[in-house]
Amino acid sequence: MSAVLFFIAALGAIAGAVGVIVLRDAFYSVLALVGHLVSLALLFLLLRAEFVAAVQVVVYAGAVMVLYVFVVAYVGGDGVRGEIGQLGERLRGAGPVASGLRRGGALLGAALAVELMIALLGTGLEGINGEGAGYSPGPRTFGTPAFIGRLLLTRFLLAFEIASFLLMIAAVGAVVLARRRRGLEGDDEGFALAPAERRRPALTGTMAEGVGAVRRP
Amino acid sequence: MSIAWYLAVSAIIFVLGAVGVITRRNPLVILLCLELMLNGANLALIAFSRMWGNGDGQVLALVVMTVAACEVCIGLGMIVALHRRRLPVDVDELRELQG
Repeated sequence: MSAVLFFIAALGAIAGAVGVIVLRDAFYSVLALVGHLVSLALLFLLLRAEFVAAVQVVVYAGAVMVLYVFVVAYVGGDGVRGEIGQLGERLRGAGPVASGLRRGGALLGAALAVELMIALLGTGLEGINGEGAGYSPGPRTFGTPAFIGRLLLTRFLLAFEIASFLLMIAAVGAVVLARRRRGLEGDDEGFALAPAERRRPALTGTMAEGVGAVRRP
Repeated sequence: MSIAWYLAVSAIIFVLGAVGVITRRNPLVILLCLELMLNGANLALIAFSRMWGNGDGQVLALVVMTVAACEVCIGLGMIVALHRRRLPVDVDELRELQG
């Protein structure tokens, strides 16, 4: 049973990964990645990592992919683009540069695959040929939320805190990167002055004027 | 299934992600392929964690997920900024670092 599930999940994960690379439309690539992530969560479950599998589905396939979908919808994916330069045309078409790029990528990928297989499977480790360490089901056993939570709050407390800081820094950085900059943008739409900055008649606005703190002109 | 099968799957996923990073030109798809590479590494970490029977690999996988979320956050912010400035969303066109 677990072998059948493993092959289904592994084929799903690999098919999703191929789909991300091959599909032309960025939106379909995102959908393929969602399928890949769900298959990978199944593999994590088979490896007794229940909490990580749940995080994978809820946070990754749920929240992060929604971000992707929003940005693909906003940017428009592959189809809508600005003016395409000479180099882009040469790389995209069927010319020698594009086919050379694809061939070089495939060659490099094959070399990397051979190297990784040698590194992972040729280690001579006894453990990778077994099913893993012993496992007994229970509420606090290997991989449950209680187990992971205890590890995160005792042994890996520093990593946990650093990860939280990293997330906050990334959120602030994304806001700074994607905000509207005055004067740097090509277009001028959406830069109307805020109402407080607009010139207004005297004695019609602030509380300070109402109580006489500002002298009448 | 023995751990070696999981390691083989993780290597295949990593290689597919690397090929995608090399050959695709849309930065959105490049970010997706980076996710693929991180996920391949995650699968290897969790397989090794199962092999040893302790949770260190799983905690490290959670940290990798956090880093991936940060990377998505920054990368998508950069893509939105590119789109705002009417620059082409294509990594071959973006050869100047200066703003």
